[in-house]
Amino acid sequence: MSWYTFLLQDRAEVVVRTFEHIQLVAAAMGIALLVGLPVGIALVRHRTLRRWVFGAANIVQTIPSLALFGFLIPVPWIGGIGAGTAIAALALYALLPVLRNTCTGIEGVDAAVLEAARGMGMTPGQVLRQVELPLAAPVVLAGIRVATVISIGVATIAAAIGAGGLGVFIFRGVAMVNNQVILAGAIPAALLAVLADLALGAVQRRLASQ
Amino acid sequence: MREIHNGLAVECRGVTYCLPNGAPLVSRLNLQVAHGETLVLLGRSGSGKTTTLKLINRLLEPSEGEVLISGKPAAALDPVLLRRGIGYVIQDAGLFPHWTVQQNVGLVPRLEGWGEDKIQARVQEVLDLVGLPPAEFAARRPAELSGGQRQRVGVARALAGDPPILLMDEPFGALDPVTRAELQREFRAISKSLGKAIVFVTHDVREALFLGTRIAFLSQGRLVAVYTPGEFLRAKEPEVHAFAASIDPGSEAEGKR
Repeated sequence: MSWYTFLLQDRAEVVVRTFEHIQLVAAAMGIALLVGLPVGIALVRHRTLRRWVFGAANIVQTIPSLALFGFLIPVPWIGGIGAGTAIAALALYALLPVLRNTCTGIEGVDAAVLEAARGMGMTPGQVLRQVELPLAAPVVLAGIRVATVISIGVATIAAAIGAGGLGVFIFRGVAMVNNQVILAGAIPAALLAVLADLALGAVQRRLASQ
Repeated sequence: MREIHNGLAVECRGVTYCLPNGAPLVSRLNLQVAHGETLVLLGRSGSGKTTTLKLINRLLEPSEGEVLISGKPAAALDPVLLRRGIGYVIQDAGLFPHWTVQQNVGLVPRLEGWGEDKIQARVQEVLDLVGLPPAEFAARRPAELSGGQRQRVGVARALAGDPPILLMDEPFGALDPVTRAELQREFRAISKSLGKAIVFVTHDVREALFLGTRIAFLSQGRLVAVYTPGEFLRAKEPEVHAFAASIDPGSEAEGKR
């Protein structure tokens, strides 16, 4: 029996788990962007606050992912067994790259360009929307790309707390000492990560060339 | 209004600007710029020239004293609207790299809510004025321009809203000598024909003498004096004399021997 036999045999479940996986990552990235982009923009102007927020986000990154999933289970509102907790953990992981790249992207905008923008009579909101954000976009997108690829990998662990996704095969395969079952989860997960990387890379190049 | 319009475009009255640590960059500066003249701010690096410009368009706020724009205290005006009425050209041009020449030049008209046709016509007009045929240049991005062309776009962008006042911060400083001379010649012709009040920062004496109707010499944040180009060359103040003599470094060396 070769490695793809299981994939073919249980393709219905593989498809279901793949969609669960995509949903986990998409929900987590949605939250990370909703929080990370505005907070990142706000932190550009608040240097002391930024040190604290970046410090906290850095600490989150150092928590082993399995432990972070576990830690969140007893937390009220977001905790418990299931997808909600997994999404919260993934969003926490994705936050740092989004925050950091939003900040560095905006800070990297040429000072002369900003001086001209203000000097020509743009309001702070216009400078942000028409100058800073478009020019920071490639860097911000690079952060989103990294966060997405990491999330797709880390989301395999979500199965450990009953959140589903392709990790289900991996944990089952480990328990059964069956490599084919592990690969049925690992290969689609790897493919997802590669596809996401390529797609976001293409968007990033288009933004940068503009 | 406590001030009756006295015909001056820009007036600085006892303007001081201090850094947060208290170090003054500009001290009790008094300057007057009339419509139709080019006042050159000349001085060494760190003499407060650029700070003075930024105090005029409120990129910086005076610690003491006041700036009057067309007789009205600048502090009482909305800084955003004030700046739209003051053209601003800086050394690196500061063009928006993600916009075409057309979009860059049309910025102030767009901010002011002009109609699309009117903006288009105005952009063509100012591009022609600065010697960039719109057919060839309007659709280009800043990265597709030479340094001289970028500076021309910078000047066109500053002129697009037809502001009565123009602030220029070493606009030709980063250009090669041949391009610089070319732009200086053309700019002198443009400035004579437009009748705007221009405040022009430079540390290049030749440029100051060539473009300035008057030259305000700054040293360590203080105004030494304001001269006509002729008076400047005959000035006795040692610092001013050193500047005037720098035109011909050979003769200065000769004199010391």
